[in-house]
Amino acid sequence: MGASEAVVGTPPLLSSIEMARFATDGYLRFDELVDPELSAAMLEAMLDPAFPPTLGPDPARGSGRPLADVLRGWPAVCEPIRQFAALPAVRGIVESLVGRGPVYDHHAVHVTAKGVRAADEWHADLVASRRKQFDIEILVFPADTPREMGGTMILPGSHFRHVSGAEIGRYQNFQGQLATVCRAGTVVVMHHALWHCAQPNGTDRTRYMFKLVLNPSGPQHLTWDTRDLDDPGVNEILQTTNHRWYGEELMLELVHRAELWKYLRGNDRDATYLLRRLDETDA
Amino acid sequence: MTSTRQELLFLYSENSDLASPVRAWSRYSGAGTHHRSGDCDEAPYASVVAAMQDGWRVLQVSQLLPPLPGAELTATSFLKFEALLERFEES
Repeated sequence: MGASEAVVGTPPLLSSIEMARFATDGYLRFDELVDPELSAAMLEAMLDPAFPPTLGPDPARGSGRPLADVLRGWPAVCEPIRQFAALPAVRGIVESLVGRGPVYDHHAVHVTAKGVRAADEWHADLVASRRKQFDIEILVFPADTPREMGGTMILPGSHFRHVSGAEIGRYQNFQGQLATVCRAGTVVVMHHALWHCAQPNGTDRTRYMFKLVLNPSGPQHLTWDTRDLDDPGVNEILQTTNHRWYGEELMLELVHRAELWKYLRGNDRDATYLLRRLDETDA
Repeated sequence: MTSTRQELLFLYSENSDLASPVRAWSRYSGAGTHHRSGDCDEAPYASVVAAMQDGWRVLQVSQLLPPLPGAELTATSFLKFEALLERFEES
């Protein structure tokens, strides 16, 4: 058994405040979560010819199987990836968002060569689910990523929009768009339907990013540290956050947000009070 | 020798009022300038009307369409209030 497999104990789970932020914004960012040594080791592993190639979901390559099983089957060069997945903070984030025993979907090594002036079109990797369950996409930036190097640009709060792929490619800029400018070791965890696009790399260095997509192993109900579930700050985030690009569609976004929060709470009740008013039947 | 090329500007407003604030924007140039995703954090104009005052001509604005029955509370996808404007530039 490798050191990364000696995983015991309960990892530090996300708070209800953090989960409300994820439900509202569609992502969470953890600056310098991975220490410089492991970040460098992950980057070295990603560049190794033996690293599993970027090929998309495929059951033959492990999609649909427990993450732990898939990583165990990866070659020795991937030990830094196993160490990353075993970090208590990473385990806590993953368990909070997709539950215990996360399921491997696929991974990718994103490479943007130095001097590339083109940018991705805005796109969503997967359409939003009407059943509310979601995958997470873990983006690891193993090296410093200044703005001139690009970074993945995301659109906070876009994860409820029903669009497919790059149908939204006509759009170029939004109020509130956010380029991931970060130090090495920063991790962004986003909802599978969040709009995003890679940015140009105007430096003389190649940019790398490791993406790991995970599916939930079951209903994502109260999977986090719920001790602050009734903190007034939770409802404040859910009910008052207005991403500037929403315009007059804010009310519909609040409904989507309330529905996701209800799902995360185990469908017990609508803590925001918004859905009860809308679903009220005629007397 | 110069020639005239079309420039397109898409502005997405907060609501159907063409004087309401711009929430998203895109530019496409026939003159060779390459515009792309994420290339500008500030809107080029505060509103569609402001762009018109600067010489842009409105080609089209989005129709106001109600959601399909049953989708009144779920129908969000594309940005609803799109205006397409043009002007011509020498290149």
